[in-house]
Amino acid sequence: MIPPAPALAEHPAALALAGRHRLRIWEPIPWALALAFYFAFPNYLGFGTELLITALFALSLDLALGYAGIITLGHAAFFGAGAYTVGMLAKHGIWNEPITSLIAAGATAAVVGLGSGLVLLRTQGLTLLMLTLCTMSLLEEAANMGHEYTGGFDGLDSVPIPPLFGLFEFNPLYPKTQYLYVLAGLFLCFVFVRMLVYSPFGQSLTGIRENTLRMHAVGAPVRARLVTCYTLSAAVAGIAGGLWAQANAYVNLTTLGLDRAATVIIILILGGYGRLYGAFVGAVAYMGLSHFLAQLYPTAWQLGLGLLLVAIALCARNGILGIGESLLRRFGVTRARS
Amino acid sequence: MIFGTDVAGMVLGGVAAGMVLFIVSVGLSVTMGLMGFVNLAHGGFAMLGGYVIVGAMNGWGIDFVPALALGFVTIAAASVVFERLLYARLYTAAELDQVLFTVGLVFIMIASVTLLVGPENQQLVLPPMLRGQVDLGFTHYRTYSVVLIAVGIAIVVGLWLAIERTRIGAQIRATVDNRRMAESLGINVDRLFTVSFAFGSGLAALGGGLGAEFLGLDPQYPLKYLVSFLIVVAVGGLGRVTGVFYAALLIGVLDFVLKKYMPQGGTLFIFAFTILLLLWRPQGLFGRKAT
Amino acid sequence: MTARLLETRGLSRNFGALAAARGINFRLDAGARHALIGPNGAGKTTFINLLTGVLHPTDGQVLLKGHDITAITEAERVKLGIARTFQINRLFRGISVLENVYVAVAERVGAAPSMVRPAGKRTDVIEESMHLLETLKLQDDARHRVSELPYGRQRLVEIAIALGLKPEVLLLDEPAAGVPSAESHIILDAIGGLPAHIGVLIIEHDMDVVFRFAERITVLVSGAVFAEGTPKEIAASPDVRAVYLGQAAHG
Repeated sequence: MIPPAPALAEHPAALALAGRHRLRIWEPIPWALALAFYFAFPNYLGFGTELLITALFALSLDLALGYAGIITLGHAAFFGAGAYTVGMLAKHGIWNEPITSLIAAGATAAVVGLGSGLVLLRTQGLTLLMLTLCTMSLLEEAANMGHEYTGGFDGLDSVPIPPLFGLFEFNPLYPKTQYLYVLAGLFLCFVFVRMLVYSPFGQSLTGIRENTLRMHAVGAPVRARLVTCYTLSAAVAGIAGGLWAQANAYVNLTTLGLDRAATVIIILILGGYGRLYGAFVGAVAYMGLSHFLAQLYPTAWQLGLGLLLVAIALCARNGILGIGESLLRRFGVTRARS
Repeated sequence: MIFGTDVAGMVLGGVAAGMVLFIVSVGLSVTMGLMGFVNLAHGGFAMLGGYVIVGAMNGWGIDFVPALALGFVTIAAASVVFERLLYARLYTAAELDQVLFTVGLVFIMIASVTLLVGPENQQLVLPPMLRGQVDLGFTHYRTYSVVLIAVGIAIVVGLWLAIERTRIGAQIRATVDNRRMAESLGINVDRLFTVSFAFGSGLAALGGGLGAEFLGLDPQYPLKYLVSFLIVVAVGGLGRVTGVFYAALLIGVLDFVLKKYMPQGGTLFIFAFTILLLLWRPQGLFGRKAT
Repeated sequence: MTARLLETRGLSRNFGALAAARGINFRLDAGARHALIGPNGAGKTTFINLLTGVLHPTDGQVLLKGHDITAITEAERVKLGIARTFQINRLFRGISVLENVYVAVAERVGAAPSMVRPAGKRTDVIEESMHLLETLKLQDDARHRVSELPYGRQRLVEIAIALGLKPEVLLLDEPAAGVPSAESHIILDAIGGLPAHIGVLIIEHDMDVVFRFAERITVLVSGAVFAEGTPKEIAASPDVRAVYLGQAAHG
């Protein structure tokens, strides 16, 4: 007697898709580790804060580059926009309450993202790459020129950030408040990005990345989706920049430079793009290595980094997480990637 | 001083700087136009060539012209090795991988030069014949700059003739316009690419050496001028030799003029100009729209 | 009177000096099974691109149910009920077969812009996608990544995506192209099982497929309609045979 076919809704594929967004058992681990770091390494909280901010910045890029496939060399434009918003508002005595300033940073960056996205995302490929690069360089140059407001080449120093909730002081020497504050910010933004990625909107972004022409052919408003994604990605990057300004109490042109934009791409690809946690893995790997090597042997670090990038481009496009995935697959743990 | 002398001097300076930009960037334009390959390491070949040329002259006492030839040949040969071993494996890869690879390559180049030679700026010592000033009739100007302009014009004319009048030039033009059709016509696109990649890198090497005075020569060169080379190539139109020439002149002169009259906003203007131009004509001033 | 679904009047498209489509008058009715054949380079894919809005005509009109849609974009035409498959697969290779169809269905029912609720919660979309896969006998592959499937089954996914759009007009561009002959029967079965009310236009080179499936055949040569009629008429026409035999002699 042939057993009846299972109801469609119970088909393994349907169940997999229906449950894709559910929290996996290991997902709380990175956050537990981040909290543990706070208690275990009180002398490295400055480094830790920088790492968390970098991870957030890389996460914002993953939304645009990893999921929607928008290749941009100019993502630091949004990081800097957020940083300078916080910096200028505080330094010029307009507003410096931390949380609302952060929201302002995200909003400003979103506006920049929306404006540039509407205009630039009409193009693609090499042209888009060039345009994102030029837009970021333009903003950098504008910040350089407007030294009355932006501090020019030297930037804004000693930006006054009042204690959080009036209680927790942002002390540059003992960045305990900064670390937890940034961790909270990272967590909230991560929850947002995670929700986005697992939504039908996120699924359509994957479609655009995998085959844009096909998306047109299924009636998707491709450009509108890309601009929306780009704007949201810019907002998160702006929050990362704002956090950077608040944690460091200064802002300068490096927030808008090619160096920062290139580094974040490297970090994301190193960790594995389009995989949500690639940003974390990449940030830890890159900053861990650079913290120890770059200070000791800067030239050797650059050489090593160059070799690593060439190796990744040739052999390991999907970064550390990608390597992990192929290893898992080889040992029989299979699942289709979302 | 006649008013015209000042302006003439500025324009000549801009033209000379533009020539350097052209000589370095033309190879990048052909590379990107032929294979659609985003080669961010192109400035690295220019830098390496500059170091070979300056090193040969200062360290080994080789004369100016032979040193230039040495630079051209060494870098062209080295680039063939890179191209066959590494670049060729990424022709069909995603843009992101090409960006990653070439960024890694440029880091390797910078670090190697820093380790082997050191981080200081390298000075190009001109042969006595090229120093001093020359009388152009309407103004006096630096001999070297005039020579540079002449060299640049010679190169663009030579390249133009090669592309318009030779068979290999016709093949290049066909492949830039429509690679798939060129392949189906039997053109060996891979070999074409190796040849033009080598030639373009050799020219970049020349530009790196010749332009050491204008652009400097230190390990940071490839990253410092990456955006400038990309702008020249994008504005001129990928794969268009004459386009790169005019774009380089335009950017060179603009840069000089703006530095004088708008010292604050000059660079900003060039970025804004490039953005507006690429939005209006994504294919650049002289490029043809993608079929 | 059968419902006139898709129609073109004097549809032309030039590429510089090349006339890829010349004054094509064409008609597809609801429930029709229509084949478009012709030698290589006849302009068949160009015609499909004109019908779907990927290309704009230099002259002429495209009408859907009597309304002029010539100026309407590709995405909007999809919303109006025109779907197509591509001669070379255009699939989302990195994600599962189910997710491929999910994307299309989600677009159609308007679930796609939603950013908050997880995709997995739209059980209606999931069920419809699974159901579609079942009708094409793809349900066993539902969980696999498209890139892992043999080419023939990938071609089926191409059709599944188009069907997920619940079209009234389905344009199939050489659905059996590139499929090894051992697998081609699954394509044929799929085409045979298409909903009866859809008007289907299929481009094909394989004459067995054409004559098995088509109720009407249009022959396109050098961008113009060369002949049109029932399979019997076309098979019997000496002119058509000459066009193909001529091709075979020169080719």
